[in-house]
Amino acid sequence: MKPAFSVIFLTTLIGAAQGLFLALFTAQSYVLFGLLPQQNEHTFYAHGSLVALVFLTGGLLASFFHLGRPERAWRSAAKWRTSWLSREVIVLPAFMGAIFLYGLAHLGGWKLVLATLESGVVIDASVVLGAIGTILAFALFVCTAMIYASLPFLREWHSPLTVINTILLGGASGFSLAATFAASGAPELMRFFAAWAFIITLLGLVSRSASLARNRRLKPKSTVQTAIGIKHPQIVQKSSGFLGGAFNTREFFHGKSPSVLRSVKWGFLLAAFVLPALMLAAGLWANVPEALPLAFAVQYPGLLAERWFFFAQANHPQNIYYQAVT
Amino acid sequence: MTQLALVIDLNVCVGCHACVTNCKQWNTSGSAGPLADFNPYGADPTGTFFNRVQTFEVGKYPNTQTVHFPKSCLHCEEPPCVPVCPTGASYKRADDGIVLVDYDKCIGCKYCSWACPYGAREFDESRRVMTKCTLCVDRIYDTALAENERKPACVLACPTSARIFGDIHDPDSPVSVAIRESAGYPLMPEWGTYPSNHYLPRRKTALHIHKDELQRADNPLKIDGLLPKPAKSEPSLDDVMSW
Ligand code: SF4
Ligand code: SF4
Repeated sequence: MKPAFSVIFLTTLIGAAQGLFLALFTAQSYVLFGLLPQQNEHTFYAHGSLVALVFLTGGLLASFFHLGRPERAWRSAAKWRTSWLSREVIVLPAFMGAIFLYGLAHLGGWKLVLATLESGVVIDASVVLGAIGTILAFALFVCTAMIYASLPFLREWHSPLTVINTILLGGASGFSLAATFAASGAPELMRFFAAWAFIITLLGLVSRSASLARNRRLKPKSTVQTAIGIKHPQIVQKSSGFLGGAFNTREFFHGKSPSVLRSVKWGFLLAAFVLPALMLAAGLWANVPEALPLAFAVQYPGLLAERWFFFAQANHPQNIYYQAVT
Repeated sequence: MTQLALVIDLNVCVGCHACVTNCKQWNTSGSAGPLADFNPYGADPTGTFFNRVQTFEVGKYPNTQTVHFPKSCLHCEEPPCVPVCPTGASYKRADDGIVLVDYDKCIGCKYCSWACPYGAREFDESRRVMTKCTLCVDRIYDTALAENERKPACVLACPTSARIFGDIHDPDSPVSVAIRESAGYPLMPEWGTYPSNHYLPRRKTALHIHKDELQRADNPLKIDGLLPKPAKSEPSLDDVMSW
């Protein structure tokens, strides 16, 4: 497939925002249950929500560039019963709304107590909104990933690993973004975020490598024999039916050489996983705290490359009909 | 229920592209707007077509067959392109099974083209929406046309009658008979899309002549003959009596 940059930015930006929100709410939950010392982080949560909203808005804007008719985008909420794309279109603004209210609850210091657990833990509006936001964040991850994973003949995408990767990669970038952001806003939380970012980045490396290994072993189900229905080992296309290009030759081919593909693959494995993990580890355990806030700056471009490769690696069966451009 | 479809006979298609041009002509002239062409006389022309004729070479020289292969939307019975559409612009008509795009609803997200394994959908760069074969839905029901012209433009144009149009759910329709009796098959059956369009295979009419049929086998020893025995190529008694 041809990598669509609008979609690459959409996925990576909203992924980081979802991860960032999950990071904020994880920290809040730790504080709530006394696992992290109580401090006054309300403004930090509010500002963090704002950063997440900026990323989400950026992703949303990028997605409009993918549409031929962006002015009709509102129509895309119609078929949520069958289309994962439609579901994403609904969950994304709902998630943005939840974050907005969550940030507002912290900013306004809403102390409205909704419940008190037996242990004395106080559940206020921000906790409830945070929980709703968490559910929506995961729902959005699933919707985004299922857009790809639900297409059976794009076999590189049609795997539960696509969903797991989306969650882990978004989570990793979000927690490293949270570490960057905490460096100025809440330094006492920076190590907490960085440690989680380190763990999720390593998990992401494992699951992304697993999907690379899976895709390497894939055997195509469709062949030129099934495509035109003629049983013969030797079939060569002589003409695709036109001289110049067509939508079919532009949309489904990345047009790069195998060596470019290989470099991008090793590049993203380094930039999205290995380097940020090393930087986080250096910051956490080797007394180089300056490395922590920088991890996100390396990881984000790495994830852009990861998405590019995700598209480029997928082999659409329609390409069988366009092997010869004459 | 009706399922309109085309049956394409690869045995008689000569790859003349008449269906391609007539499809383009009809569909670029309708009220839905033109099928855009860009740079038509330049070095790298491109444009929207609903139907393409491709050419494949089967076998190894000198034992090769050239196969011309027309391809358009197959109006699948289980179209994977329809449920993925977020707007409902892509839909399958319940009454005749034609898969259509509502150009006024389509947002041009191209997701349906990713979901069609056959590459049958083409994004129109000037209208900025997804387009595809409509089975000439604006012809086949037009009572202003003579009845024998209420067929898709490609079918009318084909000089060799390689394209048959009809209802594949009606067992007695010409398309059903052709599929049943001439071994019609669907493309890429592995994806469970149940394409409605079918293809008829290349067929060779072969006459098998066995060796013993080259020479009379019913009286090999010529025992009815006079001595000295006549040569085997001489007429035998049978031949004489059948004169
Ligand atoms: S051929 Fe493609 S576009 Fe046509 S109905 Fe089947 S899946 Fe949809
Ligand atoms: S391009 Fe148009 S028809 Fe296709 S999925 Fe998007 S909105 Fe639906």
